[in-house]
Amino acid sequence: MSEVAVPEMMMPPPAMPAAFQVEKPVPGPGMGDFSYVGIDAILEQMRRKAMKQGFELNIMVVGQSGLGKSTLMNTLFKSKVSRKSVQATSQEKIPKTIDIKSVSHDIEEKGVRMKLTVIDTPGFGDQINNENCWQPIMKFINAQYEQYLQEEININRKKRIPDSRVHCCIYFIPPTGHCLRPLDVEFMRRLSKVVNIVPVIAKADTLTLEERDFFKQKIREELRANGIDVYPQKEFDEDAEDRMINDKIREMIPFAVVGSDQEYQVNGRRLLGRKTKWGTIEVENIAHCEFAYLRDLLIRTHMENIKDITSSIHYEVYRVRRLNENNTAIAHANGTGQILS
Amino acid sequence: SRIAIRRPGTDSDKNARPLSLSGHVGFDSLPHQLVNKSTCQGFCFNILCIGETGIGKSTLMDTLFNTNFENFESSHFEPKVKLRAQTYDLQESNVRLKLTIVNTVGFGDQMNKQESYQHVVDYIDTQFESYLQEELKIKRSLHNYHDSRIHACLYFIAPSGHSLKSLDLVTMKKLDSKVNIIPVIAKADTISKSELHKFKIKIMSELVSNGVQIYQFPTDDETVSKINTAMNGILPFAVVGSSEEVKIGNKMVKARQYPWGVVQVENENHCDFVKLREMLICVNMEDLREQTHTRHYELYRRCKLEEMGFTDTNPESKPVSLQETYEAKRHEFLGDLQRREEEMRQMFVQRVKEKETELKEAERELQGKFEQLKRLHSEEKSKLDEKRRSLEDEINTFSKKKAATELLQGQSFNTNANLKKDKDRKK
Repeated sequence: MSEVAVPEMMMPPPAMPAAFQVEKPVPGPGMGDFSYVGIDAILEQMRRKAMKQGFELNIMVVGQSGLGKSTLMNTLFKSKVSRKSVQATSQEKIPKTIDIKSVSHDIEEKGVRMKLTVIDTPGFGDQINNENCWQPIMKFINAQYEQYLQEEININRKKRIPDSRVHCCIYFIPPTGHCLRPLDVEFMRRLSKVVNIVPVIAKADTLTLEERDFFKQKIREELRANGIDVYPQKEFDEDAEDRMINDKIREMIPFAVVGSDQEYQVNGRRLLGRKTKWGTIEVENIAHCEFAYLRDLLIRTHMENIKDITSSIHYEVYRVRRLNENNTAIAHANGTGQILS
Repeated sequence: SRIAIRRPGTDSDKNARPLSLSGHVGFDSLPHQLVNKSTCQGFCFNILCIGETGIGKSTLMDTLFNTNFENFESSHFEPKVKLRAQTYDLQESNVRLKLTIVNTVGFGDQMNKQESYQHVVDYIDTQFESYLQEELKIKRSLHNYHDSRIHACLYFIAPSGHSLKSLDLVTMKKLDSKVNIIPVIAKADTISKSELHKFKIKIMSELVSNGVQIYQFPTDDETVSKINTAMNGILPFAVVGSSEEVKIGNKMVKARQYPWGVVQVENENHCDFVKLREMLICVNMEDLREQTHTRHYELYRRCKLEEMGFTDTNPESKPVSLQETYEAKRHEFLGDLQRREEEMRQMFVQRVKEKETELKEAERELQGKFEQLKRLHSEEKSKLDEKRRSLEDEINTFSKKKAATELLQGQSFNTNANLKKDKDRKK
């Protein structure tokens, strides 16, 4: 497969540095040649350590069946990370329960190794009665936090605690063009408190640009009205620069995406796209859909930040709650009924 | 709804299927993202310098970091070994470093050096302890925590040219499981090249034969394994420090000027200063920090928790959570407390009873005495009454007699008077 020529521009101006380059350590102001200490060599050391250790990323995809979740994952990671759900030929089997399927892959790019885990949730929103559909997913996410917590409080700890916590949950909104459905609101409201949610408009090639903008605006309003904080959350912006960058992103979410793992010839280049009778939709063309923005956000610029927020905020919240309720439970069990700290 | 979790291959890296990418995804920027985040946060590095007074610790730090940390000479008459920690904010290009230098004060000056190392060990343990406390808190902020754990310990060996002192061996042995020890030969310009070579060999063999584990520069990463292996063979570094500059050629270099020549600090033929700086800062700073966290700190944590009675598995070899153990311990402690409280209360009650009986006894005694006295009194009283009655009787009798006598007297007078009258009439 040939390398796809993709415009390297990431976010709407002002753009993030397009290429991350290693800065050769330069003696700071006031320091001559002979007085170079070498403190900034630690950046290189960290980089080396990171390359050696490799990275872990756990993404969960949630949405009704048929919205293109698996295809999007495959497009994002340019490989078959998810197997598309195979439908039985005679009847469509609607699963009676929500399954949670977790599949891991080791991928490598330019020496950087990553263990990618894609957590699929087939059956979500497919039943007739979808009340509490968020429960098994919430339970799964908390189970991962629990597992990490248990490892962390061991006496003999592993050198590197395997991180299975869900870093990011991509929620697929069907392209109705109107507004969010109660299922969407309910799910996102509950889950945004425990995990980073990135909502996307699935199969966005059914919306014209105007419909898309209207839909996005409607969604943003509804999210605001319901107090749903999706990634990037306003309260976690670290400084003015961060806020500026994230504000621009917040004005664009939810991203309207189209996924495809098939290549077509367009203008002499082979591009990922969907071929229709009225034209070919280029997945990575920002004029056609916002897949490139999603990819840049998730992978190229904010991945570390997403993981950071998961570990230092969501996980800590879980930990505090868990340790507190443990204390109460055991205090009650001891018959004291008093919370002794 | 029930969760059916099928997880083929999330338990260990070995089970995850390798997958090849058909195009550029872009996560090769991850290390850069990581580095950028760390640059924003800044780094933290803590060095402990152990060495005798006047051996050149502060000067070496000044030279190493190319600044003038405010130092003052210590006296040789410190009664106990103290540690002085100073924190500085340094910046080079876009990297901010929070550097803490801890110096020993008065090390090796006392007549009796038996307790010298203890303060150092205690200081290191205190830093581990405060990190552990933070980690165990319910509401914690490890993100913003100022890590004060010692990442590197430079042990300054006096340039005797012969061998290590016993104080050196004892101290390093106590510290080797708590901190990364990098031994350096101080004031190396007093030793000639050949003597230095022999000295280094002697030192290393003494360390090995005494089982002292000094810090080994890591050789598992191919980028740096060659240089690290080479440097491991040159340990301990023979260093010379100087904050003064001397003009050599047309440059000003850090050096020490003697009548017989100039010792240039940054000249690798003259001393190993450049190598020390290279190894300590440019190549292995991150590894030093990591070793401190994953090896020394974990060891401390494990020992501390086990000491407090926590285990990962209970006697039936079932995994016990820290929480459970902690709660069990607390329950036990509270039970203990209650029992002691009960005991004290009982003792109190008993004492009160005793006191009560005592008092009752006393009361009874008093009562008895009182009765007795009363009886005596009434006896006396009745006696007195009797006497009075008899006295009164006597008085009565007497007054009767007196009255009778007077009457008689009166009568007899009258009679006499009458007789006299009669007599007179007769005449």
